[in-house]
Amino acid sequence: MGHFADTFLNWAVMAQYAPKIVEGTWVTIRLALAVVIAGIACGLFLSVLRAFRFRAVNFFIVFAVDVLRALPPLVIIIAFYFALPAVGVRMSAWVSTWLALSLVLMAFSEEIFWAGILAVPRGQWEAARSTGLSFLQTLRDVVLPQAVRLTIPPLTNRTIAITKNTALGAVVAVGEILYQAQSAYSFSYNPSPLLLGAAAYLILFIPVVYFGRWIETRFAWKR
Amino acid sequence: MEALIRSFFNFDILAQAWPILLAGFWMTLLLTLAVVPLGFAGGLAVSLLSTARSRVLKSFVIGYVDFFRAFPPLVLLMLVAYGLPFLDIRLGAFGSVALAFFLNTSSYYGEILRAGIESVPRGQLEAARSTGLSALQAMAWVVLPQAVRNVVPDLISNTLEVIKLTSIASVVALPELLHAAREAQALTYNATPIIAAGIIYLVCLWPLVRLLSRFEHRQIALH
Repeated sequence: MGHFADTFLNWAVMAQYAPKIVEGTWVTIRLALAVVIAGIACGLFLSVLRAFRFRAVNFFIVFAVDVLRALPPLVIIIAFYFALPAVGVRMSAWVSTWLALSLVLMAFSEEIFWAGILAVPRGQWEAARSTGLSFLQTLRDVVLPQAVRLTIPPLTNRTIAITKNTALGAVVAVGEILYQAQSAYSFSYNPSPLLLGAAAYLILFIPVVYFGRWIETRFAWKR
Repeated sequence: MEALIRSFFNFDILAQAWPILLAGFWMTLLLTLAVVPLGFAGGLAVSLLSTARSRVLKSFVIGYVDFFRAFPPLVLLMLVAYGLPFLDIRLGAFGSVALAFFLNTSSYYGEILRAGIESVPRGQLEAARSTGLSALQAMAWVVLPQAVRNVVPDLISNTLEVIKLTSIASVVALPELLHAAREAQALTYNATPIIAAGIIYLVCLWPLVRLLSRFEHRQIALH
């Protein structure tokens, strides 16, 4: 037991690297927030654009969304960070991770918003237009408020899953929690920092998982 | 344009890298065939346990699911791959990936199947029991088939995510598709293998994405 504690809960090692993990936690939070804001905003924008039903534009949106949903996020991050410099596009590890995850969240949220827009009965459109509202007013004041409400549970779950992917940034050395934990582990050759990192993730994400559960029951779809 | 083709779509490089990529593809396939059935079986066990009457068992299962859903999968993988050897448990790369994926995916499949079981009206179970089926028979032949059918879209969606997730095994040096692509990139000093790996993922997973987006539209429209 003493050996176990020395190995996995080594206070000296933990105390030494705790500030690094805390630093990483802030990076994770900032990265996650930046991804959520950019991803959902772009997804909403694309779904609204799709509602105009321009053939060529919609074909392009569907194609882009499909590609982003079929590719593993880690492959996208690595392509941005290791492949794009070959054609002269250079971005930092942070930007590669942020951009890749934002694009993935954009794709998923566009699909979800679009499904929500489609779910609003046609009669709502027709009634709103016949009262004299323009297309844009109808979309903004009648359709979107109803559509967005429907999309909250699936969107929350998807967003949570994608924010957890910020850990993938460790692969290209973004200084978030996992990267800090991993490099502390390599320096000390002791797994305690990994456990500390895991604890940081639990503290961050358990409330988020519970929030997701609450949202799911609060806005449950009636089947 | 020429630079783009030379760095990303270089057929000479692709011909060199092809054997490595192919080996990586088979490893990804093997990994998928190992982790998807294992995770599904685990999820089935989790969902059945969550229907148990025992309070203790129930809260244990909920704790298990929330705990492993709060961890980013890559964090779990690193804990298993780098932490367990300190306990003299050596699973190797494939074993570590299998264990980490089992813990993660069984929680997700478990949540989905639990929702499925809850969507089957209690009367079904009662009717089945009153015809003389045992509790186990009623579950296996009456409740589960309906439960699974009700959550097919979520099951497919999760399976797609699991297949994409196998790319994180590259981080612990399991020679799957992404790892093979990075190795080939290092050998040829050209980004073509990474783009090629992306295209392989795309070709294999696109049908699943198309199928899913059909399901999703129908599901949200039926709410």
